[in-house]
Amino acid sequence: MDWFIQASYFSAAVLFIYGLKQMSSPVTARKGIIWAGIGMVLATLVTFFHAQIHANYVLMILAIGIGGGAAWWSGKRVAMTDMPQMIALYNGMGGGAAAAIAAIELVKGEPMTTTVTILAVLGALIGTIAFSGSAIAFGKLQGLIRKATRFPNQQLINLGMFVATVLIGLLIIKVGHEISGFWLFLFFALALAVGVMMTLPIGGADMPVVISLFNALTGLAVGFEGYVLQNPAMMIAGIVVGSAGTLLTQLMAKAMNRPISNVLFSNFGEAGGGEGAEVTGSMKAIEATDAGVMMAFADKVIIVPGYGMAVAQAQHKVWELTQLLMDRGVTVKFAIHPVAGRMPGHMNVLLAEAGVPYDLIYDLDEINSEFPTADVALVIGANDVVNPAARNDPNSPIYGMPILDADKAKNVIVIKRGQGAGFSGIENHLFFADNTRMLYGDGQAMVGELIASIKEL
Amino acid sequence: MIEGFVALYIFMLAAFTGYEVISKVPVILHTPLMSGSNFVHGIVLVGAMIALGHADTGLEMLIGFFAVLLAAGNAVGGYVVTERMLEMFKTSDKKGSK
Repeated sequence: MDWFIQASYFSAAVLFIYGLKQMSSPVTARKGIIWAGIGMVLATLVTFFHAQIHANYVLMILAIGIGGGAAWWSGKRVAMTDMPQMIALYNGMGGGAAAAIAAIELVKGEPMTTTVTILAVLGALIGTIAFSGSAIAFGKLQGLIRKATRFPNQQLINLGMFVATVLIGLLIIKVGHEISGFWLFLFFALALAVGVMMTLPIGGADMPVVISLFNALTGLAVGFEGYVLQNPAMMIAGIVVGSAGTLLTQLMAKAMNRPISNVLFSNFGEAGGGEGAEVTGSMKAIEATDAGVMMAFADKVIIVPGYGMAVAQAQHKVWELTQLLMDRGVTVKFAIHPVAGRMPGHMNVLLAEAGVPYDLIYDLDEINSEFPTADVALVIGANDVVNPAARNDPNSPIYGMPILDADKAKNVIVIKRGQGAGFSGIENHLFFADNTRMLYGDGQAMVGELIASIKEL
Repeated sequence: MIEGFVALYIFMLAAFTGYEVISKVPVILHTPLMSGSNFVHGIVLVGAMIALGHADTGLEMLIGFFAVLLAAGNAVGGYVVTERMLEMFKTSDKKGSK
């Protein structure tokens, strides 16, 4: 039986890596998650016959039923716009589970080698921080926690708490299995507090990077606890996710032009110096009928969607507009900034939900050279990612961030609610450009009017 | 028993594997991929089951129960949302179909 269990764990590890590999292409991605799912079911089933398990089967099945059932129910229901916080939540649960495993092994007080104790404590620390940190990230994105809590000397206090936690961790390693419950309790309580305190001051815009970071951390914690339990499947899967997540975090931070250290240790707006140059010119409004005509007789239209489009639930209308234009022989392409939506790739998911095929969707690198040949760039719900200040105003807080060169199109139409600056509070020079026209109103309603005006032609 | 250095080799190779597998992923798949990797560390469920399976005292059983509960949530939730997202990706051949 033991041989069979080990063989199953091995197969699961292979399936996980194969599944992740398949997920690297949109064509095979769906098969990828199914393969990984098969691996998970296999590993879970054989674990019931694991030699180290000799009790609590009823509790086990009950816990799987409750936890799995609740997650199934919520996962099926969550709206695509709310996906980031849901991922944060599920991820935090994994971190909490890894920490709980460490807690049991440490509470048991059986002699362990120093290596095992070190990894148990390390996994516990990382897992607990990921657990409470992810919970806060969820609360923030879900709108349960509205304000970024900041107070004087916050970084210093956080650092102090972290150092204290690490010191208690070292004490646990030093004393070994005879450590008293008091210190263990203090260790976990402090680690929980560290996760909360380090996530509270981080603004909503930076949250994707933080969620990705916690995802990587949970992976590491799972890998370390895998060693504690002498389980190679956990070790491999955990560390694969740990390194993949770290890379993903770096890619996201780079796309947002926010070094990870800045995200964690400073607040948005503080990093950039000064006010940015004065904007010259004025915003020029346009009516939907005129904008519709402009697009209908264009050769090429590039649509730049932002999170505002998703908030207005306009993606279905945008796809309808796209189909209408394509039927008239207009070439339509979607330009997606890496951080459009709430995390890289989120906008693609939202567009896919509306039925937009992914071969109409282009990355920043692919599409930027095409803007000068586009007759119309339609910006809907996007702001900072098309602000030319990032390219040519060294004083702007977003200077250096890669942007979509929508301003280089022959005509730019911006659908926007009102005249104010975006949620980052930075004036957008694009809105004042000579070739830009502003279409004021709700995203969904305005796209609806565009459709109506094109249909009338 | 997996000895220290063997574990180190496993960790090292797994780290490179994760890095290589992800480095070729297009940006459009980053969100599903983050969710997919989130699902993969749901393997913690196996560890949680083992930990609960040899828990003896009431406290250990309580912690173990929560470990399995949380881990099952991680695995199942991660799978459901990833599958839902990936299901929607299609090419223009099948446009209009939902």
